[in-house]
Amino acid sequence: MARTALKINGRQHVVDVDPDCPLLYVLRDTLALNNPRFGCGLGQCGACTVLIDNRAIRSCTLPASRAVGREIVTIEGLATAGRPHPVQRAFIDEQAFQCGYCLNGWVLTAKALLDKTPQPTERQVVSACQSLICRCGSHTRIFAAIQRASKDMSKRA
Amino acid sequence: MAMRKSGLSRRDFVRDAGGLLIGFSLVDTAVVPRLFAQAGGGPLAAPSPKRLDAWLRIGSDGGVRVFTGKLEIGMGVDTALTQIVAEELDLAPGRVTLVLGDTGSTTDQGGVGGSTSISLGSRPLRNVAATARAALVQLASRRLGVPVDQLQVADGIVSAKNDPTKRVSYGELASAGLDDAAGDVLKVSGAGFALNVEGTAKTKDPKTYTVVGTSLPRVDMAPKILGQFEYITDVRVPGMLHGRVVRPAGVGATFVSLDDTEARKIAGYVKTVVEKDFVGVVAETEWAAIKASKAITVTWTAPVQAFPEQKDLYAHMRSAAPKATRETAKVGDVAATIARGAKKIDARYDVPFQSHATMGPGCAVADVHMDGVTTVWSGGQKPHALQKGFAQLLGVPANMVRVVWMQDAGSYGRPGFEDAAADAVLLSKAAGKPVRVQWMRADMTAWGTKGPACVFDLSASLDAAGNVSAVQFTSRAFSGGEIMYLPDTAGNYLGAQLTGVKNTSGVDEFAEWGGAAPPYTFPNLLAVAHVVPGFHDVASPLRSTHLRDPEGPATSFAVESFIDELAAAAGVDPLELRLKHIDEPRAKNALTVAAEKFGWDKRVSPKRNATGDVVTGRGIALGTRNGTYVGTIAEVQVNRKTGEVKITRLVCSHDCGLIINPDALKSTIAANLVQSLGRTTKEEVLFDRSNVTSVDWSTYRVARASDVPPVVDIVLINRPDLPPGGAGEPSSRPTAAAIANAVFDATGARVRKIPLTPENVKAALATA
Repeated sequence: MARTALKINGRQHVVDVDPDCPLLYVLRDTLALNNPRFGCGLGQCGACTVLIDNRAIRSCTLPASRAVGREIVTIEGLATAGRPHPVQRAFIDEQAFQCGYCLNGWVLTAKALLDKTPQPTERQVVSACQSLICRCGSHTRIFAAIQRASKDMSKRA
Repeated sequence: MAMRKSGLSRRDFVRDAGGLLIGFSLVDTAVVPRLFAQAGGGPLAAPSPKRLDAWLRIGSDGGVRVFTGKLEIGMGVDTALTQIVAEELDLAPGRVTLVLGDTGSTTDQGGVGGSTSISLGSRPLRNVAATARAALVQLASRRLGVPVDQLQVADGIVSAKNDPTKRVSYGELASAGLDDAAGDVLKVSGAGFALNVEGTAKTKDPKTYTVVGTSLPRVDMAPKILGQFEYITDVRVPGMLHGRVVRPAGVGATFVSLDDTEARKIAGYVKTVVEKDFVGVVAETEWAAIKASKAITVTWTAPVQAFPEQKDLYAHMRSAAPKATRETAKVGDVAATIARGAKKIDARYDVPFQSHATMGPGCAVADVHMDGVTTVWSGGQKPHALQKGFAQLLGVPANMVRVVWMQDAGSYGRPGFEDAAADAVLLSKAAGKPVRVQWMRADMTAWGTKGPACVFDLSASLDAAGNVSAVQFTSRAFSGGEIMYLPDTAGNYLGAQLTGVKNTSGVDEFAEWGGAAPPYTFPNLLAVAHVVPGFHDVASPLRSTHLRDPEGPATSFAVESFIDELAAAAGVDPLELRLKHIDEPRAKNALTVAAEKFGWDKRVSPKRNATGDVVTGRGIALGTRNGTYVGTIAEVQVNRKTGEVKITRLVCSHDCGLIINPDALKSTIAANLVQSLGRTTKEEVLFDRSNVTSVDWSTYRVARASDVPPVVDIVLINRPDLPPGGAGEPSSRPTAAAIANAVFDATGARVRKIPLTPENVKAALATA
């Protein structure tokens, strides 16, 4: 076990964990941040996605020790001052999911994509999302939400 | 809309127990907290469906809480039920909250299944809401001294039509007590899905609806996207440990010995549990449980070679002696008609085992008390059946088990959430503490239940005039009920089977002409369905059960492909042939509505004179299920060199009677289309002689972003004059045939094997 300092959603947390322990279990189990979800434990589906230094990262395969000193953001921390992030707003407006278990991957991947590429082409959206799974098949709504978020965010910019 | 329907917070219940919410009658004002572990305690009384307060309670703030045995597994059913109740009560939907699927506080409505949550499950709620409204208005009449017929209700405020200052709210009325509504005021009929209750009040005329039929945003959507929703995975109870299971080395492998020396060294390790061939580990943290499960070395006997080589699966199914046989249609003399037919058409279709492969592997928490009430939190879609099954597993009366449903990842039938919960029960019993189990990916994809493989042999004849004179349909499928979809016996669960409990509750469920595919009529028709025996009775990773619309998509693939083959043989447009041989006007209408939307050009398939490697085509198929009608048209691009199929457009018309929430319905249909196109082009459970070798998302492939057609057009056909039907499954039925028919239209090659992988398409192209 090792004392590990993690900055999550703007707050410093010091946790005592096995250095090999993937970040996902530290977030869920130790800190009760429930939204990153276990989907495969293999980095194949994206249900466990968090933002690390604004990149969408699979927390199920990243040892917590490797997240030290970096900015970790989960869905819980995406809103600012209680206001949904525009990407969240767009996903809500499009009523984008069925069961929603996968949504951390899609919403946070969309956020990382739009920060880098504010007006992505359809092809860029597909390419950014290709490694995510939504077993229910909500893809058409998800893509509409990403395009809506892109429009909303460019209006605000 | 900040309410959580499924995972009511701890605070809500503290408030509740504090008496701020007041029931209709004197009994049971407090609901047993959803997220509290129950230590000890006496038997639980099941709510009586005769009582109004078993279904609905009104708080002093005028908020209405509805208790239902129906659930929400991803399709917006809780939103639709909210609308239906709000409509009858004349209350804003935001003031209605639902308590879903808790055997301690909701009636047994059979859970979820067969796309019946709205068509059947909403009926008692509608009737109860109408009865409650009438009772409240009656009470208001007395309170205000205004006759009932001179009262109006708007958002829970009852007022005099001619003097709106004379007013009283539902909350005020409920606080004063409502003796009229107490007692057994409801007439009960049916059970399970069909459970209904009726009061004396009439429900509204659908013509007057203002809430039903609108696209109310889903009640769960914002909380989910904002990270405020509680899934089953988020249940934590005091003292909870984490469990993981270790499955046998293959089917039929039995436990010999175990070495957990390394596991014991892991910080947080608590216990290794072995009960016959059931092996699991319990630890203080999830990570410790995972590490410990990997650190344990189990020696098993060699697995049985119970399965054929994968390539021989369909030959095995065609040659195996059927376990059961059912004739589902017999008209005229098929054999004689085919024998003298001018043209004979034969086709064989093969559909593999498919996996529920839910996004999250099964998860559950169990808190077993052999001397008191056991509580199990599970995402399984039939909580009241699970209550019976877990009671049997523990050897206690059913009223000593409470099952609290919490939303898991999708569900799509009987996916294995039930088995994960049984694992939690076994581990909690052994550990003497509440235990949370979440399966690893392979536990779900490889060891979870499977949708049955099905094969179909069809023959037909055309007469001299080119009319279809006879059709013969024969299906052979593993049972959709080898693992009974009502999981109410201990032997239903994988973990229990590993401890030596026999699966005695399986039923023969067939891939039937008419039930699982559109009921076309022909002058001579013979339809026979066989059930093929399962490979291994105990703990088989290929045990079959319900997967989103049991045999519907497979049977519809065969029948709707064959209809297309008949059209091609007869030189007739495939839409035209369908319209000629289906009687139901709503089915015909669904097809023509889809065709209009698509811009269907009437012609014979295949397209002629296509040149180049990449060719395009379109295909149509019909889906029918219990009074819901779906027409789907696919447009595809096929690369004749690589065998790759790209779906460029899907059009889907959907008639499920009265529509409750158009936007939520469209979203469910769109998702059904994508999921089913993945099942058509990618999904196939791989196995060797003793194991399922599809263990993750690279070995069990599903639809991904690049597979999604750029254009998906959904046309809703609303029928306010008809009762609402089902929508959870029907639109997954016609997709496969629409795509295969489009491939045929493009290439002249008929792909009769699911999935339409490049290899299977190339093989079909080679023989075209």
